[in-house]
Amino acid sequence: MKRTKFYDIHKNLGAKLVDFAGFEMPVQYSSIIAEHKAVRNSVGVFDVSHMGEFFVSGPEAEKLIQHVTVNNVANLNDGKVQYSAMCYEDGGIVDDLLVYQISDQKFMLVVNASNIEKDLAWINSNNRFDAKIENESDDYSLLAVQGPNSNMVINKFLGKEIDIEYYTFLTEDYEDLEMIVSRTGYTGELGFELYFKGNVEQAAKIWNAIFKAGEEFEIRPVGLAARDSLRLEKGFCLYGNDIDKTTNTIEAGLGWITKLKKEDFIGKEVLVSTKSIGPERKLVAMVAEEKAFPRQGYEIAVNGEIVGKITSGTVSPILEKPIALGYVNTECANLDSEMNWIIRNKEIKVKIVKLPFVG
Amino acid sequence: MNFPENLKYTKEHEWLRIDGATAYVGITDYAQGELGDIVYVDIDEDIESIEMDESFGTIEAVKTVSDLFAPVSAKVLELNPKLADEPQLVNSDPYGEGWILKIEMEDTSSVDNLMDVNSYKELVGQ
Repeated sequence: MKRTKFYDIHKNLGAKLVDFAGFEMPVQYSSIIAEHKAVRNSVGVFDVSHMGEFFVSGPEAEKLIQHVTVNNVANLNDGKVQYSAMCYEDGGIVDDLLVYQISDQKFMLVVNASNIEKDLAWINSNNRFDAKIENESDDYSLLAVQGPNSNMVINKFLGKEIDIEYYTFLTEDYEDLEMIVSRTGYTGELGFELYFKGNVEQAAKIWNAIFKAGEEFEIRPVGLAARDSLRLEKGFCLYGNDIDKTTNTIEAGLGWITKLKKEDFIGKEVLVSTKSIGPERKLVAMVAEEKAFPRQGYEIAVNGEIVGKITSGTVSPILEKPIALGYVNTECANLDSEMNWIIRNKEIKVKIVKLPFVG
Repeated sequence: MNFPENLKYTKEHEWLRIDGATAYVGITDYAQGELGDIVYVDIDEDIESIEMDESFGTIEAVKTVSDLFAPVSAKVLELNPKLADEPQLVNSDPYGEGWILKIEMEDTSSVDNLMDVNSYKELVGQ
């Protein structure tokens, strides 16, 4: 199994380590709920070095990315980040990703760890352009510093004022390392993500410097379990749960990143027709008022008839209520509609609500 | 990890504090650690009895759900009333305030099949 450069640190902190996408990753350090609340109330650090980083460069780099992703790369400038997705011809989702424009001929794509090989093969197989694709996933470490106090921690850590807009980035030198500092994250809080190369010693130095800078804010390490509940409270899709090759971006509520007027991209034809006919099912957000723990795979029913399935669920640590995302037949997918989760033969009354669950 | 000596244990990671025919039942420190943050202890409020080896409820933790299995056949005298609002007591004090059931055993000899602390420690590799 692969390990990130922070493996020894996690081990020494007593983290519970699990296999995640072929990496031995910290799922929690102490309490998932306490880690979750630390990010909402102050600041937490995630090792997400398992994520994949591809660099696409060359005169037709932009053309290649336009062809394989659904969002419009032409809307990017240097230093901007875009949330996007890659689709198959049938509209099914290959992966969701971030596109960083470093220059008009160089981009960084950040993809899900579980999809690195698949994505690389997919992009390569569609590269009929003058563009070079390099997979630097193994070289890059990625730390996400997230929470309302994250900006102060980053400023203190870098020894300078960093003032950048949401979904933009800049490149900073940290000692002898080049670091991409990006105002992005998967928690819905103010947050930064730091990409850098370097060996285990350098990685440890950076980790320790961030924790020193965050001491006054009671900064704490946060595992993948809290990362999941944090993203779910904001209604962010998780590949493998809420989106995959059997779901398209329109039914997943990702119409806002699917630029159907864009000239050419893989999946366009199906997505245009899904949009015009209307999808058969939709991803909806549901809340229950009674005690229950919704989990992936549980069925959703209306008057005893199965109308869909939960794709992600938890008990929100902030709302202290059960929340879930799931696909239901479009005719049932109206705001305030009432339906039931079927949890071990018990029906739990739920209502469709607007996202985010936690504002 | 804490393994009190005066308790009986089951392979389903439950403990019993036995006093004559009555007993308190809970889950072990090892079990709560494996489950992680407990969100609900889901047992029918009207439960009157439990049947040895049968599920009498579930524990919902953030990561996973786990069945509660009856260690013996017994009449249920009380459900821990605090768990409805403070299920995390099972995490913080599994052998004390985090007890789950108070029962009255039908046949006190059924406790002979339960494990003592050393056998339980061995089971969980301690």
